[in-house]
Amino acid sequence: MRARAHNGAVRIKINGKWTEHDEGLTVAGLLAALEFDARRVAVERNAVIVRRKTFDRTVLVDNDELEIVTLVGGG
Amino acid sequence: MSQDTMRIGDFEFTSRLLVGTGKYETYELMRDALAETGCQVVTVAVRRERMIDAGGRNIMDFLDPDRYTLLPNTAGCFTAEDAVRTARLGRELLEGIENPGARWVKLEVLGDTKTLLPDPIGTLEALKVLKDEDFTVLCYTSDDPIMARRLKDAGADSVMPAGSPIGSGQGVLNPWNIRIILEQLKDGSPDYPVIVDAGVGTASDVTMAMELGADGVLLNTGIAGAGDPMAMARAMKLAVESGLLAAGAGRIPRKLYATASSPIEGVIGAEN
Repeated sequence: MRARAHNGAVRIKINGKWTEHDEGLTVAGLLAALEFDARRVAVERNAVIVRRKTFDRTVLVDNDELEIVTLVGGG
Repeated sequence: MSQDTMRIGDFEFTSRLLVGTGKYETYELMRDALAETGCQVVTVAVRRERMIDAGGRNIMDFLDPDRYTLLPNTAGCFTAEDAVRTARLGRELLEGIENPGARWVKLEVLGDTKTLLPDPIGTLEALKVLKDEDFTVLCYTSDDPIMARRLKDAGADSVMPAGSPIGSGQGVLNPWNIRIILEQLKDGSPDYPVIVDAGVGTASDVTMAMELGADGVLLNTGIAGAGDPMAMARAMKLAVESGLLAAGAGRIPRKLYATASSPIEGVIGAEN
């Protein structure tokens, strides 16, 4: 279990990488910060899908593990 | 199966080709080759969004969601759990663009990276979970007739036996097994869709699969990896149409000995 981040920040794993963000960050806020188009991605938080209409009120907390995915070419 | 349409769950299509979107040199070439095949279904994969901007191009800029029904796959998954999670994410993505493909999934649970052969146990486990969640499931499987039957019995909406390993271009290696699968899965349900998927190398592989009695063929590398993908796309379109027609035309039997095509009587110089 990772050490808690310093006050005012949360450690979140995004697509396999741990990064630090401000406390209170929502999924919508994160996507905007990453410059991801919210209509073209799907988000899974701790192995559960976050519905698109709840992006702006889903607050990320310390140790959250996110998968942010999109469609790509494949057979 | 009617000559006119192929039905998979609630979906109905006139084109019998399902074409993958992977491995093209450019998105433009992919877009044009897909159009050339006349297909109505294209497969897509679900992957992590890149954290760095690599030109900002998205495949959805090159796939018309009104023209195609997108079929998300669970490629790259080696466990039932990963496949189920990927299928749910695919559904979420397609709901986001309001494509009818949000209701279905091509289920692949792979056994190893070298052969990309399906893991039958993982596939069956994932199938059951996905059916409980109301997915229409098309199951990628080997050409083992027993496994094909198990998948159908467990609720698969289509069974998709591989002709040969993914991307191997070897065509249909065991037509006898494909025929057994067709006969057994269509016994009592002649419209049950069986689609040959994987290993298609060239147009005759597609025709062969259709002549065996398959309802459709799914391919990707055969076009994307061809020297001239546009020409191969057109060839595949013609191949699937000719194979379907031939399959319904009642071919002549194979005989050991000859039967003359020209009349036997009236040959000059014959003795009476």
